[in-house]
Amino acid sequence: MSAEAGKFDPMHQFTVEPIAKLFAIDGREVWLTTSAVWMAAAAIILWLFMLGGMKRQLVPGRWQMAVEGFTGFISSMMSTNIGSEGRKYTPYVFSLFMFILFCNILGMVPFALGGLHPLTVTSHFTITGVLAVLSFAIVLVVGFWRHGLHFFSLFVPHGTPWPMIPFIAPIEFVSFMVRPFSLGLRLFVAMTAGHVLLEVFANFIVQSSGAGAAIGLPVGLASMALMIGISALELLVAGIQAYVFALLTSLYINDAVNLH
Amino acid sequence: MDAQAATLIGAGLAAIGAGMAAIGVGNVFGSFLESALRNPAAADGQQGRLFIGFAAAELLGLLSFLIAILLYLKAA
Repeated sequence: MSAEAGKFDPMHQFTVEPIAKLFAIDGREVWLTTSAVWMAAAAIILWLFMLGGMKRQLVPGRWQMAVEGFTGFISSMMSTNIGSEGRKYTPYVFSLFMFILFCNILGMVPFALGGLHPLTVTSHFTITGVLAVLSFAIVLVVGFWRHGLHFFSLFVPHGTPWPMIPFIAPIEFVSFMVRPFSLGLRLFVAMTAGHVLLEVFANFIVQSSGAGAAIGLPVGLASMALMIGISALELLVAGIQAYVFALLTSLYINDAVNLH
Repeated sequence: MDAQAATLIGAGLAAIGAGMAAIGVGNVFGSFLESALRNPAAADGQQGRLFIGFAAAELLGLLSFLIAILLYLKAA
């Protein structure tokens, strides 16, 4: 937050600023926003990263090893969770994982260029919700495509005693329908919470500078040390949340491919 | 008690859930480590399940955090 604003507002960092008006459809204006710019930046950096590593040399260099580490990680996750059928869905889950990972990490970049502070794109439910709905739509399409109406047997797990079916089926149905929300919500809230925490500690450092050396120095130094630790934790969370999103997507696709 | 004070107290109460989820996440990783040290050879194969348990426990804490922040922003 800016110093001249006076009041401390940890949610200010999440505001999406308009940059330029692109066009209007039927009186509704479509703007280029900071959110779009950071998503484009993540996509371009991801593209460059992949481009540098996809040379397919027999003896891979460092860069190729890094890219192959990621691809191998995701494809082994898909084959353990889904089986041999999982290969078909690896490109989608890989793009999902890498895009979320790059968005999360770009949001952690600790500088502001000319008022353009890093915006964590994944801290908005509109973005994570769309990604989650995309995963959910793939599950529905694949499930109905492969199994037809037999896909509804997903709501009745194997070996359910028949008197229990009226109770189990609604529960399974609710837990199935809540998946896109929980998937999108988890990523969005985890990123938001981490950035609010960082903002609060950054505010402690700024405020302690006005409290004199006796109180300000210990408080400021302790906050600074904590902030470095929390930044490292946030990098870990950025990776874990991207992994969890990809892992849960692969599990949901497994339900659609193999039923259960 | 006016409505704003009640909202802020509610936000504080909702935040208890975040601490409870911390216990849950600690339980997930603690139990994993406990059994992984008994049988390290089997530990790597269970990493997916570890993170599913982590995600489930964490989601509930994040939900309570969400409720807390919604109430806080409503009052502030």
